[in-house]
Amino acid sequence: MTRRLDPLVQLGGPVLLVVAVGLLSTTVSAANEVYFLNALVSVAIVVAIYVFVGNSGVLSFGQIAFVAVGAFAAGVMTVPLESKKGVLTTLFPLLRDHSIGNVPSLLLAAGLGGLFAFVVGLPLMRLSGLAAGIATFAVLEITHNVLQQWTKIGPGATTLSLVPESTGPLQGTLGAIVVIAIAFGYQRSRLGRKLRATREDPQAASGVGIGVHLQRLWAFTLSGALAGFAGALLVHQLGSITTEQVYLELTFLTLAMLVIGGLTSLWGAVVGALAVSGLDSFLSQAEQGVHVLGFKLDLPSGAHLAVLAAIMALVLILRPSGITGGRELRLPRAWRRS
Amino acid sequence: MILAALDFQTFSDAIGLGAIYALMAVGIGLVFGVLRLVNFAYGQLIMAGAYTLAYTSSWPTWASIATCFAVVVALSLTMDLVVFRPLRGQSPAVMLVTTFAIAFLLQSVALIVDIRDSTLGQVTAALTFLNEPVKVFGGDVRKITLVSIAIAVGALVLLALLLAKTTIGLHTRAAAQDFRTARLLGVRANRVIAFAVVLSGLLAATVALMMTVTLPFVTPDFALRDTIVVLVGVVVGGIDRLWTATLGGFTIGFVSGVLNGLLPTDKTVYLPSAVFTLVIIVLLLRPAGLFNWGRHAAGERV
Repeated sequence: MTRRLDPLVQLGGPVLLVVAVGLLSTTVSAANEVYFLNALVSVAIVVAIYVFVGNSGVLSFGQIAFVAVGAFAAGVMTVPLESKKGVLTTLFPLLRDHSIGNVPSLLLAAGLGGLFAFVVGLPLMRLSGLAAGIATFAVLEITHNVLQQWTKIGPGATTLSLVPESTGPLQGTLGAIVVIAIAFGYQRSRLGRKLRATREDPQAASGVGIGVHLQRLWAFTLSGALAGFAGALLVHQLGSITTEQVYLELTFLTLAMLVIGGLTSLWGAVVGALAVSGLDSFLSQAEQGVHVLGFKLDLPSGAHLAVLAAIMALVLILRPSGITGGRELRLPRAWRRS
Repeated sequence: MILAALDFQTFSDAIGLGAIYALMAVGIGLVFGVLRLVNFAYGQLIMAGAYTLAYTSSWPTWASIATCFAVVVALSLTMDLVVFRPLRGQSPAVMLVTTFAIAFLLQSVALIVDIRDSTLGQVTAALTFLNEPVKVFGGDVRKITLVSIAIAVGALVLLALLLAKTTIGLHTRAAAQDFRTARLLGVRANRVIAFAVVLSGLLAATVALMMTVTLPFVTPDFALRDTIVVLVGVVVGGIDRLWTATLGGFTIGFVSGVLNGLLPTDKTVYLPSAVFTLVIIVLLLRPAGLFNWGRHAAGERV
């Protein structure tokens, strides 16, 4: 009987957590709201990465390239027309003379991210192991380089600003839920289960007729689409963005979130993203001094990154399989017995 | 014909960069050999060495260099003891991500200790004369390029002798081949790993010394970019064996240098795209490593 509840718990747990964060963000001051929105966007990005990395077991450093493409596509296309002709003069006329709304920009970002991932994945998904990791990293490098230099498609090395800040508590929460729901639907589908079989044993999986290359390609494309969507959420949260913000640091931070949460489960991706961004927010507050359990905690300025990195390393050393152990959320045993 | 289009300076600079990258590749490859761990924090060892050189710049040159070596080797051993040892046998993804965290940690510590005042001087001022050019075959070459090449060749020969002729070298090679069997046959795991870690620390200190001559302004992200490029080169060359990894490191340095000379001046901003496109092509054609002839790729990793 309770087994039937499992999918409900597995989807409901992450969604409830995200809703709670979204609700909390409306109760705090405007200055602190940004921390909660950051956490929600992080959830979207990490779950997008999880769809490929977690289900396939192949490490990719390239998913942030799709986030970057989504962020810049959505950003460039939503800058209001009246200011666009003044600030983004070097764009292709098609891009310069048109702007779209918020929701179309999210869909555009998802579409472009998915398309880009499909084209890139077509050859690259034949690789596995370290070679796949390095090849996807090369995609990130090339994407960053082109976005930074080619001023016909974006702002180049300068900051893209004047993007409508439409990712508030509502859009942040809904966006994260959409990404989680799609990731959940995928991993329970036929395709998702086939891919998970290739993760456990590629030889055995291809032995029973699963095309490893094809399954990885589907997941890579879906992950790219979700990453593009998450990129659009990101740019609409920040309002302005540079290519450096969707590059190495974000790649390492989001991968660390995923591994810390637990690489092989959706629950792990959500918990890892929320735990690390929560810790990050708390520590940067602590630099200004906060009260915890009656003690005054006051970090020297600049120390919060060092402490965050040390805690992340410590968690990985003490609990290498992540906070969740890479397992989905389940009801406690006592409840399951009935 | 292509080489004719290159001037001598570009060519020699490319070899010099390749030589430094080859040393870094050895440092990364040695640790990978015995621990199966891709050490992303290798660049931070070099960064720590560079900071040591900067903070001790008022000391006699030999003392400054000796301190640099001591600090880097100590840091390398600490890293092994505190981070690598508890992670032994974990999945490669976990090990790699942990070294990300360590790299971030060391970088943010550097950001805190980096007080830009009179104590942070010009790195080993006694060595800046190495930036002067000398005439070789009628072309200008900076002395540091020649020194880098000489040091790299010397270090590689020394290392090859150490691995080939000594007992601990033999043990290390055996462990890199098959760690479990080597242990069963009496190879002491901790000694072999410590040996590899100390060697890779010595190499990092050497690289720090050579890099600070050309880039005397030390920052927390010193050598970070180079480490990433070398890691890519190592995998492209073939990380399973030390010499293919080394050759991979050299090649990516050399090719970056040559491409930089070949690209038209207004297109050099696209150098990373050109290099990484080549990387993708090589990986697709030879996923087990460019120089890994006649062997099949080892099973799935990472």
